[in-house]
Amino acid sequence: MIWNEAKECMARADIEALQSARLKKLVDRVYHNVEYYRKKMQAVGLEPMDIQGIQDIEKLPFTTNEDLNQAYPLGLLAVPRSEIIRIHATSGTTGKPKIGAYTRRDVDIWAEGVARCMTMAGVTREDTVLVSYGYGLFTGGLGAHYGAEKIGAMVIPVSTGNTQKLITMLIDFQATVIACTPSYLLHIAETLEKENKVDQINLKCCICGAEPWTDEMRSQIEQRLHIKAYDIYGLTEMMGPGVANDCEAHAGLHIWEDHFLPEIVDPATGAHVAPGETGELVITTLTKEGLPLIRYRTRDLTSLAYDTCSCGRTMARIQRFKGRTDDMLIIKGVNVFPTQVEAALLTIDGTTPHYLMVVDRVDNQDTLEVQIEVEERFFSDEIRGLETLAGKVRAVLKTAIGLNARVKLVEPDTLEHSQGKTKHVIDKRKLYA
Amino acid sequence: MYVKQLSVFLENREGRLEEALKILKDNEINIISLSLADTSDFGLLRLIVSDPDKAKQVLKEGHFSSQVGDIIAIRISHAVGSLSQVLGSVTEADINIEYMYTLSVGIEGASLALKTSDLEKTIEVIREQSVHIYTQAELG
Ligand SMILES: [Zn+2]
Repeated sequence: MIWNEAKECMARADIEALQSARLKKLVDRVYHNVEYYRKKMQAVGLEPMDIQGIQDIEKLPFTTNEDLNQAYPLGLLAVPRSEIIRIHATSGTTGKPKIGAYTRRDVDIWAEGVARCMTMAGVTREDTVLVSYGYGLFTGGLGAHYGAEKIGAMVIPVSTGNTQKLITMLIDFQATVIACTPSYLLHIAETLEKENKVDQINLKCCICGAEPWTDEMRSQIEQRLHIKAYDIYGLTEMMGPGVANDCEAHAGLHIWEDHFLPEIVDPATGAHVAPGETGELVITTLTKEGLPLIRYRTRDLTSLAYDTCSCGRTMARIQRFKGRTDDMLIIKGVNVFPTQVEAALLTIDGTTPHYLMVVDRVDNQDTLEVQIEVEERFFSDEIRGLETLAGKVRAVLKTAIGLNARVKLVEPDTLEHSQGKTKHVIDKRKLYA
Repeated sequence: MYVKQLSVFLENREGRLEEALKILKDNEINIISLSLADTSDFGLLRLIVSDPDKAKQVLKEGHFSSQVGDIIAIRISHAVGSLSQVLGSVTEADINIEYMYTLSVGIEGASLALKTSDLEKTIEVIREQSVHIYTQAELG
């Protein structure tokens, strides 16, 4: 099913013409309305007329995290403050929060984006959608909520924090769709299994996002809950969830190119990479009124595919995320992403172990310890059996990341379990102190 | 002819053994025999208790991983060589002894818990020896 076929299946030439026209208008608008952007453009001797279409995009300076910090909270506002009807923000645990400031039209376009994504996952007005992203400053809850309402589905705004309540609503209302983070959904699956309630639910699919997840996690979710899992992508500073989503072909996340212009650049040089190659995803918001972003460095590493998808959509597909430019750990000179470790651990017996990576530096040598909870399925009444388990973990990690990790088996429920984002890394090295 | 053994995974952290035992005591589960095997990182507590399934349940609620499995419990005489004779007959039958430990039960002779690669065959072999094979009821 396709929500907006006229846009989602546009011919490539038409997409590019639309993007060029919108980019021109956008540059003109920010140059005249946002001092911060105007100064950045002037600093490189750029005037609005220099940008005649998407072929000129590389002339424009990037917008980075640093720019957002400087302009916090509303320094990049491109409309009078009275036009803004809503604010969202990230938790800002590692700096200033990232802000979303929406005009009425921004909120509408956001809902349109999420509606396209949810329709891609098969959601219709007949469905009952349980939204278990946090409601509030976080974009997840209200973003999913408005999109599902736009489709006309029955929305249950459970939010996060109370798994028992969620399970009650899930069963009593026979919800057919759940929107939450993948790690929280696995926690829900675990709870349902413990309580022997898996056969009482009526879910057909989930729309998961807000954190990186692996194919293994997807198949976990699909098998344990007997549902189809879809991946939704977005960032608060771009608008929230609904920027891109994967279709039934699971061949990447279709990004709404009529609203977002994606590029892939080399994170070190900022130059475009060759078509199909991996680099940092850079996005320009083509239609956002409140807080438009010009060439925003997302710090997500991925590539783009432009061929027409088997689902019929022509919108480019963001390929599997390879990590974050800033999540990347460098251990003994090796680039390690927590997602790689997770993927490796899941190969052990096809399920998600709870794990924690502890990186430290002892006598100027980096060390990696991976703690694994000994859940019932890993149990052995023989010392040798448990040592074999630890050995297996060491072996799959060695293959996946090329490092010798110390594996420590820990008792169940000792690692921090999340009701949302999970903490999987402790870096004790204080490299930047 | 098997006896249920409860094995509990313990991290080598202070107080974990006491914590596990306290949970059993608070739930009025009798410990008939206890043995601890450990490495530098973790330990395995092997118990014969009055109600192994309940024990597993209450331990799970207390965030311990445990497992209930079968072992063979035997009593052999104190006569010289009787242990090696019994074990010899088992290994001669191509059965692997995975682990064994002494049981703190019985008055005369020595009592042992035995986990092998093939419990059924082990019973057949040791039946021919002059050993007593405990039933669960005798221990519980
Ligand atoms: Zn598709």
